[in-house]
Amino acid sequence: MLTKSGAPKMGPLDLSGEAPGGPAAGASVRLDGAGHSYGVLETIERLDLDVAPGAVLGIVGPSGCGKSTLLELIAGLREPSRGTIAVGAETGSDGRLALCAFMPQRDLLLPWLSAIDNAALPLRLAGSTRSQSRERATAPLRHFGLSGFEQTRPQELSGGMRQRVAFLRTLLSGRPALLLDEPFASLDAITRAEMQSWLAGVLSEQPRTVILVTHDVEEALYLCDRVIVLSARPAIAMAEVEVPAPRAEDRAAAVTSPEFASMRAGLLGELGKGASR
Amino acid sequence: MRARAWLPAAAVLLGLLCTWELSAQWHVLSDLLGIRDFLIPAPTDIAAALWEDRQLLADNAWVTFREVVLGFLCAVVIGVGFAIALHLSETLRRSVYPLLVGSQTVPLIVIAPILVVWFGFDIGPKLAIIALICFFPITVNTLDGLRSVDPDLLKMMRTLGADRRQMLGRAELPTALPFAFSGAKIAVAVAVIGAVFGEWAGSSAENGGLGQVILVASGQLLTARMFAAIFVLSVMAIALFSLIALAERRIVTWRPGAEPRRS
Ligand SMILES: Nc1ncnc2c1ncn2[C@@H]1O[C@H](COP(=O)(O)OP(=O)(O)O)[C@@H](O)[C@H]1O
Ligand SMILES: [Mg+2]
Repeated sequence: MLTKSGAPKMGPLDLSGEAPGGPAAGASVRLDGAGHSYGVLETIERLDLDVAPGAVLGIVGPSGCGKSTLLELIAGLREPSRGTIAVGAETGSDGRLALCAFMPQRDLLLPWLSAIDNAALPLRLAGSTRSQSRERATAPLRHFGLSGFEQTRPQELSGGMRQRVAFLRTLLSGRPALLLDEPFASLDAITRAEMQSWLAGVLSEQPRTVILVTHDVEEALYLCDRVIVLSARPAIAMAEVEVPAPRAEDRAAAVTSPEFASMRAGLLGELGKGASR
Repeated sequence: MRARAWLPAAAVLLGLLCTWELSAQWHVLSDLLGIRDFLIPAPTDIAAALWEDRQLLADNAWVTFREVVLGFLCAVVIGVGFAIALHLSETLRRSVYPLLVGSQTVPLIVIAPILVVWFGFDIGPKLAIIALICFFPITVNTLDGLRSVDPDLLKMMRTLGADRRQMLGRAELPTALPFAFSGAKIAVAVAVIGAVFGEWAGSSAENGGLGQVILVASGQLLTARMFAAIFVLSVMAIALFSLIALAERRIVTWRPGAEPRRS
């Protein structure tokens, strides 16, 4: 389905030469009674979470409930006000920072760098020379359907292409845990569907621990092993749904099946309850 | 295409020159102001002075040009240096920034002779004066640029392993570059004025720069030569400004802030 629309053709993805200390398999993520407040504004009341290495966890919740804050907490950009957060064996914020790659809501590509230099940014930051890092980014960039666009600046790329460059940048950091904050929210429906099956393909080749924040219930149910519904602020986990067969090869068939429809209805119901808690 | 763009400005200039020429020929202005004819030279007189005094003007223009370029380069180094220091340190921003603003209220006319007493008659005091008035727009603009960086971008860089120096070099300074160029364009235009002030405050009589030429010519009532020197100064300022604008176009090849925004 991807090849038809001119999007990347899947073959073996070679990310060899990842940043040092970057085992790709994934790291566990654990939250124990974690809570957070911005001063008097309580964002997260209390969350207990356990994400196994290589698992994909979806988080949905009303906007403003603290989903982005939660990802920043896990990434080590903030410390929780209460409780503990561990990524792998690391509980300190610096340790977590070294294990997580955070893909923010906006792609935040650097407008003065070409696509390839944007993708290779984490390699440059880790001390590789420009030519080394370009060399290592070339094959994955081609694999992501961006050959011919290596030297293109972000403002000349389409929305889907920009997201793929930003995602490759996140992957090339070699971090075992990926935190994705509404990665496809800005894309049109068709491109978003394409990108979802594209991401499903990437994750089956390159398993990582992923925490995916989204406001799109369908996206969560298609991509994640498990989906957690957060309530309105201060957030708690309202419900949890196990997805039996995530990341199916044929996305269109998967999301139109009756089981999928009933899961979606259930999740939407919980979202509605959580929003008016 | 480009010639088209210049056409209106050229037309206005030509119109002004013709009016000036005719009113000088017909003694309109001198009658009106009650002054002698030679005090208001016609454009043709100025053109004649440009040609006759070409050696004098060229030698002194070179002196002034050196002062302007060197002074401007000092200002860029000092201006960007201040901007980075102020950006990195909240304490400096609180304590030193107000002093920098204060430095701009010191009247140059007063300070220029003091600098000459301190540094002597050669290029030193001119560079100091030019740097003093030029660093400020560069600092203010560059600092604004450094502070305009998207905080989310810095967060993203941090999670990719960037240290403070890398965030400055790879995110903040490139973002500030177009701002720094705006500051530099303002600065280079006033650098020429700074050089003239410096030369008025004290220069060797021989090759003292275009400022000296203006001063001496006005004392000798050689008004055509005075205007010719002013003309050369303007051409110098416009040329330097265009040079920086060209460098900006060559270096800032991305569209600043072109990233589409979303919630
Ligand atoms: N840096 C901050 N300081 C204070 N309040 C913040 C900050 N960032 C977010 N908030 C507030 O915290 C709440 C949760 O924000 P956020 O985590 O961005 O929600 P979500 O991503 O679920 O939409 C919102 O009400 C927001 O206004
Ligand atoms: Mg958010």
